[in-house]
Amino acid sequence: MKIRRVGAAGLLIECPDPDRVEDWRAELWRRRESGELHAAEIVPGALTVLLDGVAPGTAELLAAWEPAPGERRSGGSNVAIPTVFDGEDLESVADLWAVTPDEAVRRLTATPLTVAFSGFAPGFAYMRGFPDEWAVPRLAAPRPRVPAGSVALAGGYAGIYPTASPGGWRLVGRTDQKLFDVRREHPALLTPGTRVRLVAA
Amino acid sequence: MITVLRAGPLTTVQDLGRPGYAHLGVPRSGALDQPALRLANRFVGNADDAAVLETTVLGCALRFADRTLVAVTGAVADVDADRRPVERLRGCQLFEVPAGGILDVKRATRGVRSYIAVAGGIAVEPVLGSRSTDTLSGLGPARLADGDTLPIGVPALAPSLVGEPAPITGELVLGVRLGPRDDWYATKELFGSSYRISPLSNRVGARLAGNALTRAKAGELPSEGVVLGAVQVPADGQPIIFLADHPTTGGYPVVGVVDDVTPLAQARPGTTVRFRELD
Repeated sequence: MKIRRVGAAGLLIECPDPDRVEDWRAELWRRRESGELHAAEIVPGALTVLLDGVAPGTAELLAAWEPAPGERRSGGSNVAIPTVFDGEDLESVADLWAVTPDEAVRRLTATPLTVAFSGFAPGFAYMRGFPDEWAVPRLAAPRPRVPAGSVALAGGYAGIYPTASPGGWRLVGRTDQKLFDVRREHPALLTPGTRVRLVAA
Repeated sequence: MITVLRAGPLTTVQDLGRPGYAHLGVPRSGALDQPALRLANRFVGNADDAAVLETTVLGCALRFADRTLVAVTGAVADVDADRRPVERLRGCQLFEVPAGGILDVKRATRGVRSYIAVAGGIAVEPVLGSRSTDTLSGLGPARLADGDTLPIGVPALAPSLVGEPAPITGELVLGVRLGPRDDWYATKELFGSSYRISPLSNRVGARLAGNALTRAKAGELPSEGVVLGAVQVPADGQPIIFLADHPTTGGYPVVGVVDDVTPLAQARPGTTVRFRELD
């Protein structure tokens, strides 16, 4: 584990792989919940966990808190996303995978996904779980408007657009689930650690 | 109640923002010049977290249905209360607008953003604990438009006086702590040259123009969390300093973090920026 300084009150924990990010994220959220850790923000990334608004001396505490490898503390919820697989890029994804569109949909629904981190927009979750060979490049030119609820792939991630926005991910389907609603007690449907299944609707 | 007569190019409701939701992709948002926000609120007896209006260069004009105590801080601008100019003292124009009276904040002569606090605060519906308009994600109330009406809360406390605000200067020297990704660029170059604030700057970030930093490491950085004041360097080598509406994660290296972004809230395009390394 390496810890990098981020300004006067931030720390960045570097992890060797996304599983360790999830271990650290869960560990730090738990320690904050129990009052051992004070942090304004705990933000997982692809291979890092950022802490912001921490007290001096926190870096020393972290060294003693390293979660045991493979010890999954995640109390993440399970969410099924009913999806209509009629995305404009489903065929191009199937081509990149060298399979039929039906087989691409079978892969998408058969793979258990986990929210690695959020970003881009409120409630936009980067979901991992696909093998590296299934990674697909972004579109060469982003679409000016991707509809809300679009289920899409880019890099090794799956994501769902919470609101209409420009976007360069490859669209494989759509869902009518509301990904982000500020009126809910928990505004984001998908948060880091959430386990997700795409289900054919 | 307030009626917006002239909204100006970008006038938004702002308070202390909505920190604590970065893990959901929600920007912190909030007033860019937080000392000016607090100053304005204290002059009218509001709590520090009361919502105010943040204008951009050209000010705005408002009509008040009821007699209201108002304070204007931040950028230096002439202010008329019911067509009479208001003197600026201790960085603030403080006055009472009569019922039906009009407040006109004119074009800023120094600085960029004026803060208009009203006793009781701007009482729009909070979103995730904040009334701030987030120009990146669209959370919070829409930017002001001509003809909009805004509710005012109930005035609570007695006004409390506060210290002098920092002066708005023509050249900025920003303290920066290197890291987390200072190994990705020749960051010593940051301290050897001066930059100018680009006109493309906004509430998301202050874009700088000057000597492009030399890349020291090839490859692509996986997305990671970023903080307020982060100095992010995209492929063209021209730094961007993240302000209140910054995205919560980013894929360009952050070579350092500016310790106080307040001066950038009032820095006009063309302003010279230098960096000073902090331990």
